[in-house]
Amino acid sequence: MPDDDLLYLDHAATTPVDARVLDAMLPYFQGGYGNPSSRYSLGMEALQAVSSARALVAELLNAAKPPEIIFTSCGSESDNLAIRGVAQALRGKGHHIITSMVEHHAVSHTCQQLEREYGYEVTYLPVDRYGMVDPASVAAAIRPDTVLASIIYANNEVGTIQPLAEIGAIAREHGVLLHSDAVQAAGHLPIDVQALQVDLLSISGHKFYAPKGVGALYVRDGVLCQPQQTGGSQEFGLRAGTENVPYIVGLATALELACAEQLSEAQRLATLRDRLIDGVLAAIPQAYLTGHPAQRLPGLASFVFDGIDGEAAQLHLDMNNIACSTGSACASSEAAASHVLSAMGVEGRLALSALRFSMGRSTTPETIDRLLEALPGIVARLRALSPYYQPAKAH
Amino acid sequence: MYKEIVLEHFSNPRNVGTLEDPDGFAEVQSSACGDMMEIYLRVREGAIADVKFRTFGCAAAIASSSFTSELVLGKPLAYAEAMTDEDVSRELGLPEAKVHCSLLAVTALHKAIEDYYAKHPEARLAEAGQPTA
Repeated sequence: MPDDDLLYLDHAATTPVDARVLDAMLPYFQGGYGNPSSRYSLGMEALQAVSSARALVAELLNAAKPPEIIFTSCGSESDNLAIRGVAQALRGKGHHIITSMVEHHAVSHTCQQLEREYGYEVTYLPVDRYGMVDPASVAAAIRPDTVLASIIYANNEVGTIQPLAEIGAIAREHGVLLHSDAVQAAGHLPIDVQALQVDLLSISGHKFYAPKGVGALYVRDGVLCQPQQTGGSQEFGLRAGTENVPYIVGLATALELACAEQLSEAQRLATLRDRLIDGVLAAIPQAYLTGHPAQRLPGLASFVFDGIDGEAAQLHLDMNNIACSTGSACASSEAAASHVLSAMGVEGRLALSALRFSMGRSTTPETIDRLLEALPGIVARLRALSPYYQPAKAH
Repeated sequence: MYKEIVLEHFSNPRNVGTLEDPDGFAEVQSSACGDMMEIYLRVREGAIADVKFRTFGCAAAIASSSFTSELVLGKPLAYAEAMTDEDVSRELGLPEAKVHCSLLAVTALHKAIEDYYAKHPEARLAEAGQPTA
């Protein structure tokens, strides 16, 4: 471990590679290094490793058959392949896409590019104050020329879990394909592509203790999708490029481990998360939890605080060896406050104070307690020098 | 990302607060991000006798305000007027993306001085070497 004293509370950003995952990967770097397309033993062994991984992932997601799993380099690539791939394949049907206002940029920026460069019309469905999409709004938005709906399963900023199965039923009823970005959900919530009635689903390895640089896209058999990376015929012609054998093995292994412990780990994390939520709301005045109170990821809690800037708080936390995420973006690349919080009706300046804490395997009750020791003082210090903070009058 | 001096000013910001009936006051908001700064000046005999600030913003914004306030405290107005954001961002070694935070601090300072002169036009004449009555 780089720093045993580090209290890492940013598992939604990334996770360390699990030792068991690394063990499963290592044989394929120098021993089983064959190209899966090579027709001799070394190559065929590599192919076998990829096939087994594919079958395992298919089983874990309850896909009907292994070829429905396409390996990619990451969740963003999976999102791009799903949206652009289906849009291109179905351009004869229409040029309308439905998505939500709380998607990850890999979905929203891809949709925006289709609008800007290819004349697509995209409906961005509003959300309620908890960040939840109303399934009825999906039904209302569907048109004869709608080719795809893309709705994130669990939101990365606030943790809200969408009613995906309901939305899937609606999409199915209207004959519209449904894609879901399940990058935050995979490994943490049960995913059953039959029950959810999704046609495409993106996952990303480094969110569930596999390395960065590998993801997957579930593509239901019969769904037409144009490859975005062309060349060889790997991944059933959907994604050219020599397969990243060790990383694919890593992803499958990590997903298997996560699914095996999913229920107990979700319960453990939910207890820690609720301990954090109760502690923050009790100790810090004018602090607010964002996202749905019940329909939320087991290990994620994001707050906003009157009067302070999140990035300053994040740095104070870093100086206390605590790692978390902020919604503030006082850097020239992304000057606007979070589009997710904005869609939920959180006022602009308040949104800049957002701090996201996401728990994982290394999180213990002590982690939470140490965070609760440090955070109130940090917020108070920043409020003392803030021109915006007005303590609420006691009633 | 930040040099030691920035972390120091961020952890222990100088001159935080407000002044009753300030001689010069300004509130400046960054158009680039949500950063905002309030600066209060007490001016005596053409020099900054006291300075206080409050800042909403990231570490670079807080450190820039603190550093700027420390630089001008006790100095003549002319010194403060001549300060540039480069003086601040260079000393603090701010990364490119954060340089605009130093601009905010110096802009607030200059605006507060302008506010002082607007209330005390005779002081501007005295600065310029004009005889006063």
